[in-house]
Amino acid sequence: MTAQPDLRLPAETSAQAAQDAIAEEFAFFGDWTERYQYLIDLGRKLAPFPEALKTEEHKVQGCQSQVWLVASGDARRLDFQAISDSAIVSGLIALLLRVYSGRSAQEILDTEPSYIAAIGLAKHLSPTRSNGLAAMLQTIKAHARAALG
Amino acid sequence: MSTQASRGDIAAFDVARIRAGFPILSRQVHGKPLVYFDNANTSQKPIEVIDAVDRFYRETNANVARAVHSLGEAATSAYEGARDKIARFINAPTRDEVIFTSGTTQAMNTVAYSYALPRLQPGDEILVTTMEHHANIVPWQLVAARTGAKVIAAPITQSGELIVEEFIARLNPRVKLAGVTHVSNVLGTINPIRELAKACRARGIPLLVDGSQAAPHLAIDVQALGCDFYALTGHKLYGPTGTGVLWARKELLAEMPPFFGGGEMIRTVSFDGTTFADAPHKFEAGTPNIAGFVGLGAAIDYVNRIGLDTIGAIEGELAAYMSDALKSVPGLRLFGEAKDKAAVFSFLIDGVHAHDLATLLDHEGVAVRSGHHCAHPLMQFYGVPATARASLAFYNTREEIDAFIAAIAKVRKLLA
Repeated sequence: MTAQPDLRLPAETSAQAAQDAIAEEFAFFGDWTERYQYLIDLGRKLAPFPEALKTEEHKVQGCQSQVWLVASGDARRLDFQAISDSAIVSGLIALLLRVYSGRSAQEILDTEPSYIAAIGLAKHLSPTRSNGLAAMLQTIKAHARAALG
Repeated sequence: MSTQASRGDIAAFDVARIRAGFPILSRQVHGKPLVYFDNANTSQKPIEVIDAVDRFYRETNANVARAVHSLGEAATSAYEGARDKIARFINAPTRDEVIFTSGTTQAMNTVAYSYALPRLQPGDEILVTTMEHHANIVPWQLVAARTGAKVIAAPITQSGELIVEEFIARLNPRVKLAGVTHVSNVLGTINPIRELAKACRARGIPLLVDGSQAAPHLAIDVQALGCDFYALTGHKLYGPTGTGVLWARKELLAEMPPFFGGGEMIRTVSFDGTTFADAPHKFEAGTPNIAGFVGLGAAIDYVNRIGLDTIGAIEGELAAYMSDALKSVPGLRLFGEAKDKAAVFSFLIDGVHAHDLATLLDHEGVAVRSGHHCAHPLMQFYGVPATARASLAFYNTREEIDAFIAAIAKVRKLLA
């Protein structure tokens, strides 16, 4: 079974534009409850992930919650689809895909996730913590490297 | 392990004064008073422990057992003094049976490599239980893989109690070692160690007890328990990290070759061969965590001063209050409802991931653990990937439990 990723054009035309847009959206929020509420809502709006693809093969190792991620496309354009059983991590996935999905392999490799600091939750959601952000990012970049051959 | 403090002890217990003696408990997290409910992970440290470590480095620091100068003598006497305190704390018959380790994990690995590995034959078995921490599973699997032995587990009930007759039924002649936790780190279940030890003894099978979660809360008497090995960790016992203890019967220790080699553990060394010191030093190669054990000695003094009976009684009252409070939370599923249990509460709330709950509770100042708690087989038994866990200590309060329940209600709205 192959993935059916969301092949619509990304909301922003470049990874950097997506990062800027995310930073701008999160700048509106006052306290942490609003930030988390928005993040959790973004996670709920993720494209449905086929149950059949929730296999060991697609599981991202290194996350304390369960995360599944599939890639499709080639070096010109890589699309990702992912989901987690955690509502917060699903929100993080939504942001990650907005930045990295539908981009060229080179753009993916060239993009550092500056938006994480910008959303004001960096203390909690930095890639060094157990939410698996680092592992997901590594997986995405590994797909990009593999696509470039 | 019934520890009953008199009414007077509990009435005289001044929690505000106790809390003032733990500096970290007065700090805030995200602008909220810290509610520290992760005591089964590591406990907080009283000022006596912090001061003992600080004072050691300021006034006494030297290496142990090597120097004849004043500092060396003082450091050795402080370090070995901690061994005496621990020997009394667990009622070991002699101080030479108390081996210092970096924690329970190193204690388990010492037994795995020094006791089990030389004895195991293909087809032999090591018996544990479904509720064990990985530290009481993985070391056995490593030595089993090298010898053709296997690790088997005795089952538990849905309420989280060991099925004793199933454990005993598995004590066949192939079993060369049994390992059981005294108190489950996930379920809080207090296992009937005396009964298990008696059954093991009758069959000539040594029993190792993982006392990591028991030592901070119950009076430990290794002789009364009747076990052969007892492991505990200092950092859950209000002491410094990187300290632990392996107690073992002296006749077992005498037969065990050292696991680590190096300085301080030898009698004579030549290139033709080396003879080893007696236990405990045979198992303590290299410079140990001297300041850590001095701190652990201070922690034991502290616990003795409060009294494990009082600690047990206070925690029992907190546990009853917590249990009722959790039952009032709609959709909450509790894991571990043993009749005899410590103040450890693993739970899940319908539709809420344990990590999300713990992440959001942190913003309310509440520290709980979420995850598999290093007990994958237990999570598999219950068919869940993770749970949230609130674990209490005698310095926690009913007000904190109320704040915790209120915080659950608040963060739940975010996740609804």
